Amino acid sequence: MPLIKYIDANGTEYAVEAAPGISVMEAAVKNSVPGIDGDCGGAAACATCHVYVDPEWIGRTGPAAEGLEQSMLEFAEDVTDQSRLACQIIVADNLDGLILKLPEKQH
Amino acid sequence: MNTATLDASPALSVPLDKIDVSNPDLFVSDTIGEYFARLRKEDPVHYCAESAYGPYWSITKYNDIMAVDTNHQVFSSEAGVGGIIIDDNSVRSEGLSLRSFITMDPPDHDAQRKTVSPIVAPSNLMVLEKTIRERMQNILDRLPVGEEFDWVDNVSIELTTQMLATLFDFPFEERRKLTRWSDVTTAEPGSGIIDSWEQRTKELQECAASFMTLWNERVNAKEPGNDLISMLAHSPATRNMPPEEFLGNILLLVVGGNDTTRNTMTGSVLALNRFPKEFEKLKANHALVDTMVPEVIRWQTPLAHMRRTALEDYEVGGKTIKKGDKVVMWYLSGNRDEDAIERPEELIIDRARPRQHLSFGFGVHRCVGNRLAEMQLKILWEEILARFSHVEVLEEPERVRSNFVHGYAYMPVRLHA
Repeated sequence: MPLIKYIDANGTEYAVEAAPGISVMEAAVKNSVPGIDGDCGGAAACATCHVYVDPEWIGRTGPAAEGLEQSMLEFAEDVTDQSRLACQIIVADNLDGLILKLPEKQH
Repeated sequence: MNTATLDASPALSVPLDKIDVSNPDLFVSDTIGEYFARLRKEDPVHYCAESAYGPYWSITKYNDIMAVDTNHQVFSSEAGVGGIIIDDNSVRSEGLSLRSFITMDPPDHDAQRKTVSPIVAPSNLMVLEKTIRERMQNILDRLPVGEEFDWVDNVSIELTTQMLATLFDFPFEERRKLTRWSDVTTAEPGSGIIDSWEQRTKELQECAASFMTLWNERVNAKEPGNDLISMLAHSPATRNMPPEEFLGNILLLVVGGNDTTRNTMTGSVLALNRFPKEFEKLKANHALVDTMVPEVIRWQTPLAHMRRTALEDYEVGGKTIKKGDKVVMWYLSGNRDEDAIERPEELIIDRARPRQHLSFGFGVHRCVGNRLAEMQLKILWEEILARFSHVEVLEEPERVRSNFVHGYAYMPVRLHA
Protein backbone atom coordinates (compact mmCIF):
# COMPACT_ATOMS: atom_id res chain seq x y z
CA MET A 1 0.00 0.00 0.00
CA PRO A 2 1.22 3.53 -0.72
CA LEU A 3 2.96 5.28 2.16
CA ILE A 4 1.76 8.79 3.00
CA LYS A 5 3.87 11.06 5.21
CA TYR A 6 2.24 13.81 7.28
CA ILE A 7 4.56 16.34 8.91
CA ASP A 8 3.04 18.58 11.57
CA ALA A 9 3.95 22.21 12.27
CA ASN A 10 6.60 21.10 14.81
CA GLY A 11 8.28 18.80 12.31
CA THR A 12 6.97 15.50 13.74
CA GLU A 13 6.40 12.94 11.00
CA TYR A 14 3.49 10.47 10.88
CA ALA A 15 3.85 7.80 8.19
CA VAL A 16 0.68 5.94 7.27
CA GLU A 17 0.05 3.07 4.86
CA ALA A 18 -3.09 3.98 2.98
CA ALA A 19 -5.36 1.92 0.75
CA PRO A 20 -5.71 3.20 -2.83
CA GLY A 21 -9.13 4.80 -3.36
CA ILE A 22 -9.57 6.47 0.02
CA SER A 23 -8.64 10.12 0.55
CA VAL A 24 -5.54 11.21 2.42
CA MET A 25 -7.93 12.89 4.92
CA GLU A 26 -9.57 9.52 5.65
CA ALA A 27 -6.16 7.85 5.90
CA ALA A 28 -5.09 10.46 8.45
CA VAL A 29 -8.28 10.27 10.52
CA LYS A 30 -8.30 6.43 10.55
CA ASN A 31 -4.72 6.43 11.82
CA SER A 32 -5.29 9.24 14.34
CA VAL A 33 -2.85 11.66 12.73
CA PRO A 34 -3.39 14.83 14.80
CA GLY A 35 -4.10 18.11 13.00
CA ILE A 36 -6.50 16.85 10.34
CA ASP A 37 -10.12 17.14 11.45
CA GLY A 38 -12.31 16.39 8.41
CA ASP A 39 -15.49 17.54 10.13
CA CYS A 40 -17.67 17.34 7.00
CA GLY A 41 -16.67 13.74 6.32
CA GLY A 42 -15.00 14.41 2.98
CA ALA A 43 -17.32 16.76 1.07
CA ALA A 44 -14.84 19.65 0.71
CA ALA A 45 -17.33 21.57 2.82
CA CYS A 46 -15.54 22.57 6.03
CA ALA A 47 -11.85 23.20 5.18
CA THR A 48 -10.62 21.45 8.34
CA CYS A 49 -8.28 19.14 6.42
CA HIS A 50 -6.05 21.85 4.94
CA VAL A 51 -2.60 20.48 4.02
CA TYR A 52 0.44 21.75 2.09
CA VAL A 53 1.58 19.32 -0.59
CA ASP A 54 5.38 19.12 -0.77
CA PRO A 55 6.55 21.07 -3.85
CA GLU A 56 8.13 17.86 -5.26
CA TRP A 57 4.68 16.24 -5.24
CA ILE A 58 2.26 18.99 -6.26
CA GLY A 59 2.72 18.02 -9.92
CA ARG A 60 1.29 14.59 -9.18
CA THR A 61 -1.57 15.62 -6.85
CA GLY A 62 -2.39 18.69 -8.90
CA PRO A 63 -3.42 22.05 -7.39
CA ALA A 64 -6.74 22.74 -5.60
CA ALA A 65 -9.70 22.12 -7.90
CA GLU A 66 -11.85 24.98 -9.10
CA GLY A 67 -15.22 25.27 -7.41
CA LEU A 68 -15.90 24.18 -3.85
CA GLU A 69 -12.32 23.20 -2.95
CA GLN A 70 -10.86 26.55 -3.98
CA SER A 71 -13.78 28.44 -2.42
CA MET A 72 -13.42 26.63 0.89
CA LEU A 73 -9.65 27.12 0.93
CA GLU A 74 -10.26 30.88 0.69
CA PHE A 75 -11.25 30.73 4.35
CA ALA A 76 -8.34 28.72 5.68
CA GLU A 77 -5.36 30.55 7.17
CA ASP A 78 -2.00 31.00 5.39
CA VAL A 79 -3.08 29.44 2.10
CA THR A 80 -0.37 28.96 -0.55
CA ASP A 81 -0.11 27.44 -4.04
CA GLN A 82 0.66 24.13 -2.30
CA SER A 83 -2.59 24.20 -0.29
CA ARG A 84 -5.13 21.42 -0.81
CA LEU A 85 -8.00 19.90 1.08
CA ALA A 86 -6.80 16.44 2.05
CA CYS A 87 -10.27 14.97 1.45
CA GLN A 88 -9.87 15.81 -2.24
CA ILE A 89 -6.57 13.95 -2.73
CA ILE A 90 -7.25 10.27 -3.44
CA VAL A 91 -4.58 7.71 -2.55
CA ALA A 92 -3.11 5.99 -5.63
CA ASP A 93 0.01 3.96 -6.36
CA ASN A 94 1.73 6.94 -7.99
CA LEU A 95 1.43 8.83 -4.67
CA ASP A 96 3.58 6.30 -2.76
CA GLY A 97 5.86 8.44 -0.58
CA LEU A 98 3.66 11.58 -0.77
CA ILE A 99 4.72 14.26 1.72
CA LEU A 100 2.06 16.54 3.25
CA LYS A 101 2.81 19.36 5.68
CA LEU A 102 0.14 20.34 8.19
CA PRO A 103 -0.79 23.89 9.22
CA GLU A 104 -0.43 24.97 12.83
CA LYS A 105 -4.19 24.85 13.34
CA GLN A 106 -7.28 24.18 11.22
CA HIS A 107 -9.73 27.08 10.97
CA MET B 1 -40.24 9.83 27.41
CA ASN B 2 -43.02 7.32 28.07
CA THR B 3 -45.31 5.84 25.42
CA ALA B 4 -48.47 7.29 26.87
CA THR B 5 -47.37 10.88 26.26
CA LEU B 6 -46.09 9.97 22.80
CA ASP B 7 -49.43 8.46 21.83
CA ALA B 8 -51.23 11.57 22.95
CA SER B 9 -48.86 13.92 21.12
CA PRO B 10 -50.40 16.01 18.34
CA ALA B 11 -47.09 15.55 16.51
CA LEU B 12 -48.17 12.00 15.74
CA SER B 13 -51.88 12.57 15.10
CA VAL B 14 -51.82 15.62 12.83
CA PRO B 15 -52.05 14.72 9.10
CA LEU B 16 -48.63 14.81 7.48
CA ASP B 17 -49.55 17.53 5.00
CA LYS B 18 -50.74 19.78 7.84
CA ILE B 19 -47.44 19.72 9.70
CA ASP B 20 -45.92 23.19 9.87
CA VAL B 21 -42.59 23.07 11.70
CA SER B 22 -42.11 26.82 11.24
CA ASN B 23 -44.71 27.55 13.94
CA PRO B 24 -42.73 29.37 16.67
CA ASP B 25 -45.10 28.04 19.36
CA LEU B 26 -43.60 24.57 18.88
CA PHE B 27 -40.20 26.01 19.79
CA VAL B 28 -41.52 27.78 22.89
CA SER B 29 -43.13 24.57 24.15
CA ASP B 30 -40.06 22.55 23.11
CA THR B 31 -42.26 20.02 21.30
CA ILE B 32 -40.64 20.72 17.92
CA GLY B 33 -38.41 17.65 18.22
CA GLU B 34 -41.40 15.29 18.05
CA TYR B 35 -42.48 16.84 14.73
CA PHE B 36 -38.99 16.59 13.30
CA ALA B 37 -38.73 12.95 14.41
CA ARG B 38 -41.92 12.17 12.52
CA LEU B 39 -40.81 14.00 9.38
CA ARG B 40 -37.42 12.27 9.36
CA LYS B 41 -39.22 8.93 9.51
CA GLU B 42 -42.23 9.48 7.28
CA ASP B 43 -41.45 12.38 4.95
CA PRO B 44 -37.87 13.62 5.27
CA VAL B 45 -38.19 16.15 2.43
CA HIS B 46 -41.53 17.69 3.34
CA TYR B 47 -43.64 20.30 1.60
CA CYS B 48 -45.72 22.66 3.69
CA ALA B 49 -48.21 24.42 1.40
CA GLU B 50 -49.48 26.97 3.89
CA SER B 51 -47.64 28.78 6.67
CA ALA B 52 -47.23 32.27 8.04
CA TYR B 53 -44.19 32.51 5.74
CA GLY B 54 -45.81 31.05 2.64
CA PRO B 55 -45.12 27.60 1.19
CA TYR B 56 -41.75 25.99 1.93
CA TRP B 57 -39.82 22.73 1.83
CA SER B 58 -38.34 21.21 4.99
CA ILE B 59 -35.10 19.23 4.71
CA THR B 60 -34.79 17.15 7.88
CA LYS B 61 -32.10 14.46 7.34
CA TYR B 62 -28.38 15.06 7.90
CA ASN B 63 -27.21 13.92 4.46
CA ASP B 64 -29.93 15.80 2.55
CA ILE B 65 -29.03 18.97 4.47
CA MET B 66 -25.37 18.44 3.57
CA ALA B 67 -26.35 18.06 -0.11
CA VAL B 68 -28.33 21.33 -0.12
CA ASP B 69 -25.83 23.28 1.98
CA THR B 70 -22.89 22.41 -0.30
CA ASN B 71 -24.75 23.19 -3.53
CA HIS B 72 -24.78 26.98 -3.63
CA GLN B 73 -25.11 26.97 -7.43
CA VAL B 74 -28.66 25.62 -7.12
CA PHE B 75 -29.64 26.72 -3.61
CA SER B 76 -29.10 30.46 -3.34
CA SER B 77 -28.59 32.55 -0.21
CA GLU B 78 -28.93 35.86 -2.08
CA ALA B 79 -30.94 38.57 -0.28
CA GLY B 80 -32.55 39.50 -3.61
CA VAL B 81 -34.30 36.12 -3.82
CA GLY B 82 -35.15 35.87 -0.10
CA GLY B 83 -31.98 35.42 1.95
CA ILE B 84 -31.23 32.80 4.59
CA ILE B 85 -34.19 32.93 6.99
CA ILE B 86 -37.64 31.47 6.36
CA ASP B 87 -39.18 34.89 6.89
CA ASP B 88 -38.53 37.12 3.82
CA ASN B 89 -39.01 40.14 6.09
CA SER B 90 -35.60 39.45 7.61
CA VAL B 91 -33.90 40.94 4.54
CA ARG B 92 -36.66 43.22 3.23
CA SER B 93 -39.35 44.90 5.32
CA GLU B 94 -40.85 48.33 6.05
CA GLY B 95 -38.26 50.76 4.68
CA LEU B 96 -35.35 48.44 5.42
CA SER B 97 -33.27 46.34 3.08
CA LEU B 98 -30.31 44.26 4.29
CA ARG B 99 -27.59 42.41 2.40
CA SER B 100 -24.44 40.86 3.84
CA PHE B 101 -21.97 38.18 2.90
CA ILE B 102 -24.20 35.51 4.41
CA THR B 103 -26.97 36.62 2.03
CA MET B 104 -24.72 36.65 -1.05
CA ASP B 105 -23.63 33.87 -3.36
CA PRO B 106 -20.06 33.54 -4.69
CA PRO B 107 -18.18 35.50 -5.97
CA ASP B 108 -19.48 38.57 -3.99
CA HIS B 109 -19.68 36.43 -0.87
CA ASP B 110 -16.11 35.18 -1.02
CA ALA B 111 -14.53 38.64 -1.27
CA GLN B 112 -16.43 40.11 1.68
CA ARG B 113 -16.14 37.08 3.93
CA LYS B 114 -12.40 37.06 3.41
CA THR B 115 -12.23 40.56 4.89
CA VAL B 116 -13.52 39.53 8.31
CA SER B 117 -12.10 36.02 8.43
CA PRO B 118 -8.66 36.98 9.90
CA ILE B 119 -10.11 38.36 13.15
CA VAL B 120 -11.48 34.93 14.07
CA ALA B 121 -8.65 32.87 12.58
CA PRO B 122 -6.76 30.59 14.99
CA SER B 123 -3.69 32.86 15.26
CA ASN B 124 -5.73 35.88 16.33
CA LEU B 125 -7.76 33.77 18.74
CA MET B 126 -4.60 32.97 20.66
CA VAL B 127 -4.22 36.74 21.16
CA LEU B 128 -7.84 37.05 22.34
CA GLU B 129 -7.77 34.10 24.71
CA LYS B 130 -6.23 35.98 27.64
CA THR B 131 -8.82 38.78 27.47
CA ILE B 132 -11.70 36.33 27.27
CA ARG B 133 -10.42 34.34 30.23
CA GLU B 134 -9.94 37.42 32.43
CA ARG B 135 -13.44 38.66 31.66
CA MET B 136 -14.89 35.22 32.26
CA GLN B 137 -13.13 35.07 35.65
CA ASN B 138 -14.46 38.52 36.56
CA ILE B 139 -18.02 37.58 35.72
CA LEU B 140 -17.92 34.23 37.51
CA ASP B 141 -16.21 35.65 40.61
CA ARG B 142 -19.04 38.14 41.11
CA LEU B 143 -21.82 35.55 41.01
CA PRO B 144 -23.63 34.71 44.27
CA VAL B 145 -23.16 31.16 45.56
CA GLY B 146 -26.26 29.46 46.98
CA GLU B 147 -28.71 32.08 45.68
CA GLU B 148 -31.10 31.92 42.74
CA PHE B 149 -30.23 34.10 39.73
CA ASP B 150 -30.82 34.18 35.96
CA TRP B 151 -27.96 32.49 34.10
CA VAL B 152 -29.02 33.92 30.73
CA ASP B 153 -28.71 37.57 31.69
CA ASN B 154 -25.90 37.38 34.21
CA VAL B 155 -23.55 35.04 32.39
CA SER B 156 -24.46 34.12 28.82
CA ILE B 157 -25.52 37.58 27.64
CA GLU B 158 -22.93 39.44 29.66
CA LEU B 159 -20.02 37.38 28.44
CA THR B 160 -20.90 37.25 24.73
CA THR B 161 -21.70 40.95 24.73
CA GLN B 162 -18.36 41.84 26.31
CA MET B 163 -16.64 39.72 23.67
CA LEU B 164 -18.52 41.40 20.87
CA ALA B 165 -17.74 44.87 22.22
CA THR B 166 -14.07 43.86 22.15
CA LEU B 167 -14.17 42.56 18.56
CA PHE B 168 -15.84 45.78 17.35
CA ASP B 169 -13.93 48.00 19.78
CA PHE B 170 -17.42 49.30 20.63
CA PRO B 171 -17.82 51.68 23.63
CA PHE B 172 -17.72 49.18 26.48
CA GLU B 173 -20.25 50.89 28.78
CA GLU B 174 -22.81 50.92 25.95
CA ARG B 175 -22.35 47.26 25.11
CA ARG B 176 -25.91 46.18 25.96
CA LYS B 177 -27.01 48.08 22.85
CA LEU B 178 -25.34 45.27 20.90
CA THR B 179 -27.48 42.71 22.71
CA ARG B 180 -30.61 44.68 21.91
CA TRP B 181 -29.73 45.07 18.21
CA SER B 182 -28.95 41.39 17.95
CA ASP B 183 -32.32 40.46 19.44
CA VAL B 184 -34.17 42.97 17.25
CA THR B 185 -32.51 41.73 14.07
CA THR B 186 -33.82 38.18 14.42
CA ALA B 187 -37.19 39.09 15.96
CA GLU B 188 -40.57 39.18 14.32
CA PRO B 189 -43.57 41.10 15.68
CA GLY B 190 -45.28 39.11 18.45
CA SER B 191 -42.04 37.57 19.69
CA GLY B 192 -42.07 39.83 22.75
CA ILE B 193 -39.04 41.76 21.44
CA ILE B 194 -40.65 44.06 18.85
CA ASP B 195 -44.26 45.06 18.23
CA SER B 196 -44.03 45.91 14.52
CA TRP B 197 -41.70 45.80 11.52
CA GLU B 198 -41.64 49.62 11.67
CA GLN B 199 -40.18 49.44 15.16
CA ARG B 200 -37.52 46.99 13.96
CA THR B 201 -36.57 49.31 11.10
CA LYS B 202 -36.33 52.30 13.41
CA GLU B 203 -34.11 50.57 15.96
CA LEU B 204 -31.85 49.08 13.30
CA GLN B 205 -31.45 52.50 11.69
CA GLU B 206 -30.23 53.76 15.06
CA CYS B 207 -27.76 50.88 15.03
CA ALA B 208 -26.57 51.91 11.55
CA ALA B 209 -26.07 55.50 12.69
CA SER B 210 -24.13 54.44 15.74
CA PHE B 211 -21.78 52.22 13.73
CA MET B 212 -21.42 54.88 11.03
CA THR B 213 -20.01 57.23 13.66
CA LEU B 214 -17.41 54.63 14.67
CA TRP B 215 -16.65 53.90 11.00
CA ASN B 216 -16.06 57.59 10.25
CA GLU B 217 -13.69 57.87 13.20
CA ARG B 218 -11.66 54.88 11.98
CA VAL B 219 -11.77 55.01 8.19
CA ASN B 220 -9.06 57.67 7.90
CA ALA B 221 -6.68 56.22 10.46
CA LYS B 222 -3.23 55.69 8.91
CA GLU B 223 -2.71 52.51 10.92
CA PRO B 224 -6.00 50.57 10.82
CA GLY B 225 -6.99 49.13 14.20
CA ASN B 226 -7.33 45.40 14.77
CA ASP B 227 -11.11 45.55 15.17
CA LEU B 228 -13.93 44.49 12.86
CA ILE B 229 -15.05 48.03 11.97
CA SER B 230 -11.52 49.08 11.01
CA MET B 231 -11.07 45.90 8.99
CA LEU B 232 -14.28 46.55 7.03
CA ALA B 233 -13.45 50.24 6.60
CA HIS B 234 -9.99 49.53 5.18
CA SER B 235 -10.56 46.47 3.00
CA PRO B 236 -11.11 47.06 -0.74
CA ALA B 237 -13.93 44.49 -0.71
CA THR B 238 -15.96 46.32 1.92
CA ARG B 239 -14.87 49.95 2.19
CA ASN B 240 -17.40 51.23 -0.36
CA MET B 241 -20.43 49.22 0.62
CA PRO B 242 -23.90 50.62 -0.13
CA PRO B 243 -25.97 51.35 3.03
CA GLU B 244 -27.92 48.06 2.88
CA GLU B 245 -24.64 46.11 2.91
CA PHE B 246 -23.05 48.29 5.58
CA LEU B 247 -25.88 47.64 8.03
CA GLY B 248 -26.33 44.08 6.76
CA ASN B 249 -22.76 43.07 7.48
CA ILE B 250 -22.67 44.83 10.86
CA LEU B 251 -25.83 43.00 11.92
CA LEU B 252 -24.52 39.70 10.60
CA LEU B 253 -21.47 40.01 12.83
CA VAL B 254 -23.51 41.23 15.80
CA VAL B 255 -25.98 38.35 15.58
CA GLY B 256 -23.37 35.77 14.59
CA GLY B 257 -21.17 36.63 17.54
CA ASN B 258 -23.94 36.96 20.07
CA ASP B 259 -27.14 34.89 19.96
CA THR B 260 -25.45 31.67 18.99
CA THR B 261 -22.76 31.50 21.64
CA ARG B 262 -25.10 32.98 24.25
CA ASN B 263 -27.68 30.25 23.79
CA THR B 264 -25.10 27.48 23.69
CA MET B 265 -23.67 28.76 26.98
CA THR B 266 -27.11 28.43 28.53
CA GLY B 267 -27.74 25.15 26.72
CA SER B 268 -24.50 23.67 28.03
CA VAL B 269 -25.61 24.19 31.63
CA LEU B 270 -29.05 22.74 30.88
CA ALA B 271 -27.55 19.74 29.06
CA LEU B 272 -25.22 18.83 31.90
CA ASN B 273 -28.17 19.04 34.32
CA ARG B 274 -30.23 16.74 32.10
CA PHE B 275 -27.37 14.24 31.79
CA PRO B 276 -25.85 14.11 35.29
CA LYS B 277 -23.66 11.08 34.51
CA GLU B 278 -21.96 13.10 31.79
CA PHE B 279 -21.39 15.93 34.26
CA GLU B 280 -19.78 13.43 36.66
CA LYS B 281 -17.51 12.26 33.83
CA LEU B 282 -16.52 15.85 33.14
CA LYS B 283 -15.80 16.60 36.78
CA ALA B 284 -13.64 13.48 37.02
CA ASN B 285 -11.69 14.46 33.91
CA HIS B 286 -11.57 18.15 33.02
CA ALA B 287 -9.74 17.38 29.76
CA LEU B 288 -13.10 16.22 28.39
CA VAL B 289 -14.06 19.89 27.98
CA ASP B 290 -12.42 19.63 24.53
CA THR B 291 -14.96 17.11 23.25
CA MET B 292 -17.84 18.28 25.45
CA VAL B 293 -17.85 21.69 23.76
CA PRO B 294 -18.53 20.56 20.16
CA GLU B 295 -21.00 17.99 21.50
CA VAL B 296 -22.97 20.64 23.33
CA ILE B 297 -22.95 22.83 20.21
CA ARG B 298 -24.58 19.91 18.39
CA TRP B 299 -27.02 19.17 21.22
CA GLN B 300 -28.14 22.79 21.43
CA THR B 301 -28.02 23.67 17.69
CA PRO B 302 -28.33 27.40 18.44
CA LEU B 303 -29.65 28.25 14.97
CA ALA B 304 -32.56 25.95 14.16
CA HIS B 305 -32.46 26.53 10.43
CA MET B 306 -30.94 28.16 7.38
CA ARG B 307 -33.06 28.87 4.34
CA ARG B 308 -32.17 28.76 0.64
CA THR B 309 -34.09 29.49 -2.58
CA ALA B 310 -33.91 27.06 -5.52
CA LEU B 311 -32.57 28.66 -8.70
CA GLU B 312 -33.60 25.65 -10.82
CA ASP B 313 -35.65 22.46 -10.52
CA TYR B 314 -33.68 19.99 -8.43
CA GLU B 315 -34.29 16.59 -6.85
CA VAL B 316 -33.61 16.05 -3.15
CA GLY B 317 -34.48 12.78 -1.41
CA GLY B 318 -36.74 11.70 -4.26
CA LYS B 319 -38.78 14.94 -4.33
CA THR B 320 -38.54 17.58 -7.04
CA ILE B 321 -37.99 21.05 -5.66
CA LYS B 322 -39.10 23.65 -8.21
CA LYS B 323 -37.24 26.73 -9.31
CA GLY B 324 -38.15 29.60 -6.96
CA ASP B 325 -39.19 27.36 -4.06
CA LYS B 326 -38.19 28.20 -0.51
CA VAL B 327 -36.05 25.45 1.03
CA VAL B 328 -35.46 25.26 4.78
CA MET B 329 -32.59 23.14 6.12
CA TRP B 330 -33.50 22.26 9.69
CA TYR B 331 -30.10 21.87 11.36
CA LEU B 332 -31.92 21.12 14.62
CA SER B 333 -33.44 18.06 12.98
CA GLY B 334 -30.33 16.92 11.10
CA ASN B 335 -28.40 16.99 14.38
CA ARG B 336 -30.94 14.50 15.80
CA ASP B 337 -30.79 12.17 12.76
CA GLU B 338 -30.22 8.64 14.04
CA ASP B 339 -28.84 7.57 10.63
CA ALA B 340 -25.96 10.05 10.97
CA ILE B 341 -25.38 10.31 14.73
CA GLU B 342 -25.47 7.50 17.27
CA ARG B 343 -27.98 8.03 20.13
CA PRO B 344 -28.55 11.58 18.89
CA GLU B 345 -30.96 12.64 21.65
CA GLU B 346 -28.29 12.08 24.26
CA LEU B 347 -25.48 14.32 25.32
CA ILE B 348 -22.35 12.16 25.22
CA ILE B 349 -19.34 14.29 26.08
CA ASP B 350 -16.66 11.89 24.86
CA ARG B 351 -17.87 11.07 21.34
CA ALA B 352 -15.10 9.97 18.99
CA ARG B 353 -15.97 12.53 16.25
CA PRO B 354 -17.88 15.28 18.08
CA ARG B 355 -17.37 17.89 15.36
CA GLN B 356 -19.43 15.98 12.82
CA HIS B 357 -22.55 18.10 13.33
CA LEU B 358 -24.52 20.66 11.36
CA SER B 359 -24.63 23.55 13.83
CA PHE B 360 -22.01 25.57 11.89
CA GLY B 361 -23.39 24.62 8.48
CA PHE B 362 -21.23 23.23 5.68
CA GLY B 363 -20.05 24.71 2.40
CA VAL B 364 -19.11 28.31 1.63
CA HIS B 365 -21.41 29.74 4.32
CA ARG B 366 -19.96 27.63 7.12
CA CYS B 367 -19.75 29.69 10.31
CA VAL B 368 -16.68 31.91 10.18
CA GLY B 369 -16.57 32.28 13.99
CA ASN B 370 -16.74 28.57 14.84
CA ARG B 371 -13.38 28.43 16.61
CA LEU B 372 -14.11 31.59 18.61
CA ALA B 373 -17.41 30.08 19.74
CA GLU B 374 -15.68 26.87 20.80
CA MET B 375 -12.99 28.79 22.62
CA GLN B 376 -15.49 30.88 24.61
CA LEU B 377 -17.37 27.76 25.69
CA LYS B 378 -14.16 25.96 26.57
CA ILE B 379 -12.94 28.80 28.77
CA LEU B 380 -16.37 29.14 30.40
CA TRP B 381 -16.35 25.49 31.46
CA GLU B 382 -12.71 25.44 32.53
CA GLU B 383 -13.43 28.40 34.80
CA ILE B 384 -16.72 26.93 36.09
CA LEU B 385 -15.01 23.64 36.96
CA ALA B 386 -12.26 25.53 38.79
CA ARG B 387 -14.85 27.28 41.04
CA PHE B 388 -18.11 25.43 41.47
CA SER B 389 -19.19 21.84 42.07
CA HIS B 390 -22.54 22.34 40.31
CA VAL B 391 -24.61 24.88 38.40
CA GLU B 392 -28.07 23.66 39.34
CA VAL B 393 -30.96 24.50 37.01
CA LEU B 394 -33.92 25.31 39.28
CA GLU B 395 -36.76 25.14 36.77
CA GLU B 396 -37.37 24.61 33.06
CA PRO B 397 -35.93 27.55 31.11
CA GLU B 398 -38.13 29.99 29.25
CA ARG B 399 -37.50 29.63 25.52
CA VAL B 400 -37.20 32.27 22.81
CA ARG B 401 -40.23 32.48 20.51
CA SER B 402 -38.43 31.91 17.24
CA ASN B 403 -38.00 29.21 14.62
CA PHE B 404 -34.52 30.59 13.84
CA VAL B 405 -32.79 31.43 17.12
CA HIS B 406 -33.04 28.24 19.18
CA GLY B 407 -32.45 29.65 22.61
CA TYR B 408 -33.45 30.80 26.04
CA ALA B 409 -34.89 33.97 27.49
CA TYR B 410 -34.52 33.03 31.15
CA MET B 411 -33.04 30.17 33.16
CA PRO B 412 -32.89 30.32 36.98
CA VAL B 413 -29.89 28.55 38.52
CA ARG B 414 -28.12 28.15 41.86
CA LEU B 415 -24.38 27.71 42.22
CA HIS B 416 -22.95 25.12 44.57
CA ALA B 417 -19.57 25.86 46.11
